[in-house]
Amino acid sequence: MATKAPSHQRQQLLGRAIIYGGLLFMAAFYLMPLWVMITTSVKHLDEIYAGSFIGLPKQITFEAWQTAWSEACNGTACRGLKPYFINSLLMTIPAVLLSTGIGAINGYVITKWRFPGSNVIFGLLLFGCFLPFQAVILPMAQTLGMLGLAGTIPGLVLVHTVYGIAFTTLFFRNYFISIPDELVKAAQIDGAGFIRIFVSIILPTALPIIVVSCIWQFTQIWNDFLFGASFTAGENAPITVALNNIVNVSMGRKQYNVDMAAAMIAALPTLIVYVVAGRYFVRGLTAGAVKG
Amino acid sequence: MSTLEIDRIRKSYGIHEVLKEVSISIATGDFLVLLGPSGCGKSTLLNMIAGLDSITGGEVRIAGKVVNDLSPKDRDIAMVFQSYALYPTMTVRQNIEFGMKIRGVPPAEREKAVSKAADLLQMTHLLDRKPAQLSGGQRQRVAMGRAIVRQPKLFLFDEPLSNLDAKLRVDMRTEIKRLHARLGTTIVYVTHDQIEAMTLATRVAVMKDGVVQQLDEPQVVYDRPANVYVAKFVGSPSMNIIPGVLEVQGSTVSAVVDVANRQPARISGIPMSLETARKYAGKKVLVGIRPENFSIAAGDHGSTLAVDIDVVEPTGPDTLVVFNCGGVEVTARLPPKQASAGSEAVLSVDTSKVVIFDAISETRID
Amino acid sequence: MSGSIPFSDRIANWLPRLVLAPSLLVVLVVVYLFICWTGWISLSSSMIVPKYDFVGLSQYVRLWSTPRWHTAVFNLVIFSVLFLGITTLLGLLMAILLDQKIRCEGALRAIFLYPMALSFIVTGTAWKWILNPALGVQKVVNDLGWTSFVFDWIARPSFAIYCVVIAAVWQSTGFAMALFLAGLRGIDNSVIKAAQIEGASLPLIYRQIVIPMLRPAFLSVIVLLSYIAIKSFDLILALTNTGPGSATEMPSTFMYSATFRRDQMGVGAASAMMMLMTVVAIIVPYLYSELKETGDGH
Ligand SMILES: Nc1ncnc2c1ncn2[C@@H]1O[C@H](COP(=O)(O)OP(=O)(O)O)[C@@H](O)[C@H]1O
Ligand SMILES: [Mg+2]
Repeated sequence: MATKAPSHQRQQLLGRAIIYGGLLFMAAFYLMPLWVMITTSVKHLDEIYAGSFIGLPKQITFEAWQTAWSEACNGTACRGLKPYFINSLLMTIPAVLLSTGIGAINGYVITKWRFPGSNVIFGLLLFGCFLPFQAVILPMAQTLGMLGLAGTIPGLVLVHTVYGIAFTTLFFRNYFISIPDELVKAAQIDGAGFIRIFVSIILPTALPIIVVSCIWQFTQIWNDFLFGASFTAGENAPITVALNNIVNVSMGRKQYNVDMAAAMIAALPTLIVYVVAGRYFVRGLTAGAVKG
Repeated sequence: MSTLEIDRIRKSYGIHEVLKEVSISIATGDFLVLLGPSGCGKSTLLNMIAGLDSITGGEVRIAGKVVNDLSPKDRDIAMVFQSYALYPTMTVRQNIEFGMKIRGVPPAEREKAVSKAADLLQMTHLLDRKPAQLSGGQRQRVAMGRAIVRQPKLFLFDEPLSNLDAKLRVDMRTEIKRLHARLGTTIVYVTHDQIEAMTLATRVAVMKDGVVQQLDEPQVVYDRPANVYVAKFVGSPSMNIIPGVLEVQGSTVSAVVDVANRQPARISGIPMSLETARKYAGKKVLVGIRPENFSIAAGDHGSTLAVDIDVVEPTGPDTLVVFNCGGVEVTARLPPKQASAGSEAVLSVDTSKVVIFDAISETRID
Repeated sequence: MSGSIPFSDRIANWLPRLVLAPSLLVVLVVVYLFICWTGWISLSSSMIVPKYDFVGLSQYVRLWSTPRWHTAVFNLVIFSVLFLGITTLLGLLMAILLDQKIRCEGALRAIFLYPMALSFIVTGTAWKWILNPALGVQKVVNDLGWTSFVFDWIARPSFAIYCVVIAAVWQSTGFAMALFLAGLRGIDNSVIKAAQIEGASLPLIYRQIVIPMLRPAFLSVIVLLSYIAIKSFDLILALTNTGPGSATEMPSTFMYSATFRRDQMGVGAASAMMMLMTVVAIIVPYLYSELKETGDGH
């Protein structure tokens, strides 16, 4: 017994070491690209070509950020990312608010005012979460043309809103379904109607899922490339399209530091949201497994 | 305050019929308890009275007025739910006020009504808390406060005590009874707990599979159950139902039951009409005897059974004695320490309380 | 009877349906009608602009006789198998490691998950730089002294697809891990304790008891990753731009370039329909089983 205990302890210690070692190695692998992006973006181009890939910059400079923000060329113009960053904001914010609002009301009706067929409607909406957008992109382009919205930011707002409804409805449906129906019944007896119950009773309890929905939609819409690339061109493009153009432009010596700064600028809004509200982001992510 | 008439109410979900022609009518100030196992349609019936569920067929009348097509808010009712259904983001005060606010009651009047209700339920100190900061019993109180503050014609309670622990449940039961005595409002109360039904009700409706089995005063339901189902559901331990044969000698009606390993026993002097008894003479029937209607026989007179005792379960005030009779387990409630397991006992039966059921239809025969 | 219902109440009864109707209508149009529309284009002779004639399945015949499409399908298969396999296993491993009462679990989880917050365009841009043979990882290792080390997959047609796999795995493993971790946390601890009391070792407990109990999580992970694999588009454009040559063509990029670059709208629509059918074959049974289970009160 006395000789066995230490060896058992040693074995356990070894086990812990392996676990921590594995996790730290993975963490390093996960952080490496971010590290490389950040350090590269603050290096001089000469230093990069001299072969410093992973090391710390000898001298920190924000020239590349400056260039990426206001001067970088994307094939048609050399105005940097700034106008496209603003485009993305103008596209994302209304689409996030609209799709979240609509999803909240839909979830409320589907869970608290069930009627014959409401489950079928939910099923129909749900498939929209998994729609490969390639299957609707041609008709959507035609329709945007007919509506006079082709190539415009309001057009993108419309597209992101309608295709966001599926996910936001799913979020709110899964959240509201755990709120007891008796709450609605009690409010009905108290004399409250459909809208009053939503505004005074249901919505105040829904704050966490509103945050989840907003964060998810913000990330999805900000990061979208397919719709942006298919429905806009030139100066109305969102930032992802602009970033891709800047990176793929090949004139003279490739400015890797500018590329990385541009990538960081495009990534920053969603990264900040992730850092500030990661918990809610993860909830949105795992809600894709329908039962949530 | 008002009467309530439920007239041949039906409810179906698709082809699934949940309520089948339920008719109940009660007078002003009555305390009606809907008693039945879970899933028998009690809540559905209550929701239809409240207007929260649509009515498939039949009529509901409150104070003589058909309310089928009125929305809940226009029926002048209040309801207390099993889960309390307190609005989680509002304080207790806001919870109680909510209904009055929607009805446009001026703030001063609201304030008065709230403090009156809070006084009545002794929860003035809780008014500014949120539901999450309350214990189960306190939430229950708030839910009741929300109901009484409106002074409705009719109170509806859906298993309001089911989520409380045993001790609190007894306290709140007394409180509800006191409230009813004080306010005198007509109450419909749903429960699956027969003790709640016995203690609270002025009228009990025992339900099974969407059909009312018996509607009567609690004591009548207890003493003269309409059928075997009611007999077994009401009372704890439940009524013993022993197979036997009915006999008529002169004007005496008796039942003969088998006793395990012993002579059959004859229970004589059963209260039922001779006319009916003659029809059943010599036929198999079910003999219903409540556990407390057994006692240790003082002499050899009256109806006695000599039995071998299997199990003895002391409960404190008395002892439950289990033996076999007519092929079923029979429980007798005896004073403590009068019998021991494995021994023999001679029991006498209070025949005036014995009820007889038809062996096939299982309904009571008088 | 119904005549006696006040008008306002009748409106109130219909209000929920009225509120849901616009969403339903919009989704019916932008999802289901548009799918039919795409299906129609795929049966027409559309080239630069949509034409609404009927040429039967000839666009599909054309599609399936295009070598580029063969490459795309082949790449999708390779990519899906590797991406699903590696991501699932790695995600499971990381979830199990994280579930061992680790210090700084929150921080580690945050590190594993942050790539999911990034756009695939950003991921592609970063990895293009890392995998760049002249300046990236290969050069670092060479400079360390291992001069014969070669890691130029991104420039070699037969290996470039593996670079896409690496970047996609990097981006999505955290997602698999989060789903598995949620599954692990949902398992009743007393089951594991009971097995420990019976003397089972930890690896055995995981193999025999815990992992089988994660079945629902596996299902979700695999279905959702398949969906990501099929629609992955931005990552390829940003990382390899379907190159070198068309070595990393995928159905999604094929559809895009056929439609918007090569004026073969009919073929593009046909390829979109093929993608849709694949997704439907995977997702619809999944949704059906998930919804049915919730309906049963699981
Ligand atoms: N919305 C509904 N759809 C279909 N069946 C229902 C619905 N609500 C209740 N039921 C069924 O009606 C029956 C009675 O339910 P309920 O009135 O809640 O029973 P109780 O309150 O007596 O436990 C149950 O069998 C239940 O499954
Ligand atoms: Mg009930």
